[in-house]
Amino acid sequence: MINPIVITGYGIVSSIGMNAGEVLDSLISGHSGIGGITRFETIHKGKLPLAEVKLSNNELVDFCGLRSGGNYTRTTLLGIVAALQAADMAGVNSGQNLRTGLILATTVGGMDRSEDFYPLFLENPSKGRLRDVVNHDCGDSTEKIAEILGINDFMTTISTACSSSANSLMLGAELIRAGMLDRVIAGGTDAVTRFTLNGFNTLMILDKEGCRPFDENRAGLTIGEGAAFLVLESEANALKHGKTIYSILSGYGNANDAYHQTASSPEGTGATLAMKKALEMGDLLPESISYINVHGTGTQNNDLSEGIALEKIFGEKVPRFSSTKSFTGHTLGAAGAIEAVISLLSVQNNMVFPNLRWSTPMKELRIRPVTELKREAGVKHVLSNSFGFGGNNSSLVLSKYIS
Amino acid sequence: MVTTSNAIYINGLGNVSPRKTSDSSHFLEDPVIASTNRLACIEPNYRDFISPDILRRMGRLIKMGVASSRICLEDAGCMMPDAIITGTGLGCLEDTEKFLATLVRNKEELLTPTSFIQSTHNTVSAQIALLLKCHNYNFTYVHRGWSFESALVDAMVRIKNGRASTVLAGGMDELTNGSFAVTSRLGHWRRKPADTSLLFSSPAKGSIAGEGSAFFLLTSAPSSKTYAALSGLQTFSRKAMNKPLPAILEEFLGQSGLLSSDIDLAVCGMNGDKTSDSIYKELTASLGTAGIAAWKHLSGEYMTSSAFGLWMASMIMKWGYVPEQAVIRNTGERPIKTVLIYNHYLDRNHSFILIRKP
Repeated sequence: MINPIVITGYGIVSSIGMNAGEVLDSLISGHSGIGGITRFETIHKGKLPLAEVKLSNNELVDFCGLRSGGNYTRTTLLGIVAALQAADMAGVNSGQNLRTGLILATTVGGMDRSEDFYPLFLENPSKGRLRDVVNHDCGDSTEKIAEILGINDFMTTISTACSSSANSLMLGAELIRAGMLDRVIAGGTDAVTRFTLNGFNTLMILDKEGCRPFDENRAGLTIGEGAAFLVLESEANALKHGKTIYSILSGYGNANDAYHQTASSPEGTGATLAMKKALEMGDLLPESISYINVHGTGTQNNDLSEGIALEKIFGEKVPRFSSTKSFTGHTLGAAGAIEAVISLLSVQNNMVFPNLRWSTPMKELRIRPVTELKREAGVKHVLSNSFGFGGNNSSLVLSKYIS
Repeated sequence: MVTTSNAIYINGLGNVSPRKTSDSSHFLEDPVIASTNRLACIEPNYRDFISPDILRRMGRLIKMGVASSRICLEDAGCMMPDAIITGTGLGCLEDTEKFLATLVRNKEELLTPTSFIQSTHNTVSAQIALLLKCHNYNFTYVHRGWSFESALVDAMVRIKNGRASTVLAGGMDELTNGSFAVTSRLGHWRRKPADTSLLFSSPAKGSIAGEGSAFFLLTSAPSSKTYAALSGLQTFSRKAMNKPLPAILEEFLGQSGLLSSDIDLAVCGMNGDKTSDSIYKELTASLGTAGIAAWKHLSGEYMTSSAFGLWMASMIMKWGYVPEQAVIRNTGERPIKTVLIYNHYLDRNHSFILIRKP
């Protein structure tokens, strides 16, 4: 592959851990982050599960070593945790004169605070604290995090629903390939809000028992929160600066299902196209994929459509696959980056992580997910899928780095 | 980060704005709206673009986006772009506010999904793809005053990296009563209606609010439709660069082998707010005899208004003159070959866009 893009740092925060080590421990021990609603008041408390990060906003401020009163949204705070880890790991602040960009993905932005603003504002447009609404837009998190990391060369924000942060990695790689940046911190962050919880609830796609991806009796997804960032650079740049290379981003592709605003096509058109593009870019045959970290939300529609696409591409030999949303919940705009980090952990540790809460095969499909941890799993190339509203389908391939 | 290219062309335009811009057979000839502090789009007959059963459920920004994208594709004669890339500061705000208001009023009960579904930021780009049955690359950028510029950067990079030869790129935002109320409290707008034709000659605190949706078909090859070549773009923070604006511009132009004296016309985002406009003056003072034009008295201020600016600059290039209502300083006899579009949003998100005669 010409001009390989490598990963020299990563950070992650989710309901199963505040850093990559804790996340890996949970994945190995089979500890899911899905549980009851504890952080905010809602009529769904006790009825619907969530995958929450247990720290409150004030605790997150302390965790990041920030001064209090900085007017951060929860989405920003989660993003800061993961971005700082990634930047530290890759030595982003260690003084080389490199052109560095930040690409952040989010779907809710500062909605958690807008929810506090709105009740008073609705009664009287001159009421409601303005400091609760000035951070509403998605770009706010990016500018706050760029300031903390000291990044000025380029920054932007992507929002393409549940594929958002897979797409931020794609743009990052393309900017490096075009020779416009030397290094990109790319990823995503999303907090759980009443807005998204109620939104998905109106679609009747929230599983009361917690998501059961690829199970015949699955009844929907479970919303989660978290953030993840990866540091991308060209292999040449990483080697020149003596960086540790953790993985290669060897392929990626985005395609549109163009079928329905929220539902996936029964043939999995967009999913198939995205996976094919990613394999082609990586110059990979389907049989070279060792593990697929599927989108696997646990909705009737996604898992069937994605499963059909997998059978279409891989035929009789579908690689081992699992949905780690059974651990982290569906972290929406952060999911693509969170699952990219989990895929990287799979490559690094030569493990395939299980799909929890699975018991019955889907009757329409021949394939079934991996349900137990596999060690010494011969992991060379991991395919990671992220599909979103608006038919936005993205696939990434993370590969073992051999110098 | 500066993006440059020798081979990216603007081959089609579509613009739904507070002016009669959706019809490209004339160029800003309708009279300027006299007195207001908020401008609303003149919306086209959507039935010309969208079937009535789909139209009924669509949010207003989606309609504006779909219509302007269709006008653009038809203008360029390309109905299946290799990529669809949008930029929007706040997305489908009307639907977002509707869902949030119902959630609050109904205390999370009896909610319906339509406004939630449409509140997703990528709804406009998704609906364009859905109606075209376009399975290609589809991205949406949501970064304040850099939302549209980010879409352009991505489009330029896709063409440069050989991933696409035709890209539909656009910027869109809608103004709602809710967002107008909030931004009024933040001091963004004139307290009293202003004479929009005198916006720049009577500077005061605040601008006028606006909205719009403008699309561009960018291609790797020129055609008989080509308006201009898109040759450079930079998003920057004045604060972080810590340099005078003319110096930032010199560096930007240098990447394309140009000097500031090569600029024939600067299309600037002045908005009538005295603090904001003094920043534009810092740049235009260094541009010698170049002409100066402005657009925000026509479109109003919003996060993706630079899309209106690029539309106007592209039209100027094709029509060969600056419409009278946009002139701040005449170009005189100077032919218009190199045009700079300079915009900033709240002195936070600055951008340069450079277009040249193909």
